Amino acid sequence: MVGLGFQQALEQNQFVITVELAPPKGTDVSRMLACAERLKGRVHGINVTDNQSAVMRLGSLAACHLLKERGFDPIYQITCRDRNRLALESDLLSAAVLGIRNVLVLTGDHPTAGDHPEAKAVYDLDSTQLLQVITRLNQGRDLSSRSSGGKPLVNGATLAGGTNLFAGAVVNPEANPLEPQIWRFFQKVAAGARFFQTQAVYDLERFDQFMGYARELGAKILAGVLLVRSAAAARYVNEHVPGVVVPERVVKELEPSANPLEAGIRMAGQQIRHLRERCDGVHIMAIGLEEHIPAVLDEAGI
Amino acid sequence: MIVAEQKDIAEIIPMTEGYQNILVIGCDTCVTVCLAGGAKEVAILACSLRLAARARGKKVQVDEISIERQCEKEFVDSLQSTVRGHDLLISMGCGIGVQTIAEQFPNLAVVPALNTKLLGLPERQGVWVERCQACGQCILDKTGGICPISRCSKSLLNGPCGGSQNGKCEINKEIDCGWHLIYERLKSLGRLGCLEEIMPAKDWSRSRNGGPRKVIREDMCL
Ligand code: SF4
Ligand code: SF4
Repeated sequence: MVGLGFQQALEQNQFVITVELAPPKGTDVSRMLACAERLKGRVHGINVTDNQSAVMRLGSLAACHLLKERGFDPIYQITCRDRNRLALESDLLSAAVLGIRNVLVLTGDHPTAGDHPEAKAVYDLDSTQLLQVITRLNQGRDLSSRSSGGKPLVNGATLAGGTNLFAGAVVNPEANPLEPQIWRFFQKVAAGARFFQTQAVYDLERFDQFMGYARELGAKILAGVLLVRSAAAARYVNEHVPGVVVPERVVKELEPSANPLEAGIRMAGQQIRHLRERCDGVHIMAIGLEEHIPAVLDEAGI
Repeated sequence: MIVAEQKDIAEIIPMTEGYQNILVIGCDTCVTVCLAGGAKEVAILACSLRLAARARGKKVQVDEISIERQCEKEFVDSLQSTVRGHDLLISMGCGIGVQTIAEQFPNLAVVPALNTKLLGLPERQGVWVERCQACGQCILDKTGGICPISRCSKSLLNGPCGGSQNGKCEINKEIDCGWHLIYERLKSLGRLGCLEEIMPAKDWSRSRNGGPRKVIREDMCL
């Protein structure tokens, strides 16, 4: 049984469990909330995705608010894809007043990957710059360069009340090559990221190498664990989800199984056991299979 | 150079509807080099328009000309006598050429035959690639001479993003990841230390977002 909230649990060096929920494409939030209910007491935080894979859905902020109201500790995912710096800062203030404290900053998959491929991509800020913005909002200042009266500002405007956000970011330890990602990782820590949730981790040797860097920086790492329903689903992820590569050996293991979902659950559970000794927690991404997350946790013995 | 490509003829024909005396105008500079709107392409388009008119039983006169540069008023002015008697001008220049012609001939209809695509260079025979988006504040000094604004699909200043895999961009495995290229180049220059510095948020007001731009050289103004 999980007692603490996300930040507290990380700070007290517990093995932290987070899961990812996607808001509905529409206004019917019943499935999302039902999935959340099944996780009550078993996870420290629930990430809510922000138009994940550039597919338009209910807003992450509103969904986080609904979860917060029901006693969960949401992690508000915010991408740089759809909003410029005014909207991003404004939404972060909105999160703060709604009592949403955990924020995961992402660049955001390109619109061409999603269901509105004709959309204008924004990327006014990148994820490192957005982390810097959060650090500033936490200091009670914004990114503005001039006052409403037109006077130049060097360090932003003083806000009527700042934020107290707990910011995190994403890193991909499976990226090939790894070195450019490590530079970005250093930058994100310097910009104020206090925790990291990674893309799906499969290669434990590489992950250990990555953790060497992370330990040096003192960054908290939650390793990504992906639940897939079948070999075909894994192949789909490889084709369509940027940055995630399910290795062929995993696909092969799912292939002959009579009940591939069960095999997937077992493999995800095992992976969590392997990761337990290696990092600060796991972040479970079940993409449409959220109902089965409790089974994954059972399998992992958590 | 400015790179353009010709619109589909099916898109051009409806633009000519209702006009009898058409002048197709080519440009001998960028669009000649990228094989989109030089004298040769003018001849082919004019011929296609004549055939299309005949097929629809219409009597249409289509004339052709190409000038040195459509983006300079002096060259466009040389068309004064040629345009006389025409009721439609089809520009095979880039978007700048079309507009220069429109400005010089306020009483004549002008339509574009090309889609202006990018600022770039010929990579190999028949392939042109983008290299600059005229962002108004060049940062090539910080990125090893490779432009992240035009070569990263998200114009990130601190890349690569998590979608970069095996040197390719997340949006398409055929596209090089601009930030991978920057990384490799900085590495071979022994300047990876550049990446320690976080590049600040860009001033997009110097780009298109600041409204239409103008360059003024007071010392050269008459
Ligand atoms: S940084 Fe700006 S000006 Fe320089 S090449 Fe890139 S888009 Fe062009
Ligand atoms: S993969 Fe590379 S080029 Fe593509 S958006 Fe990411 S950083 Fe930019």
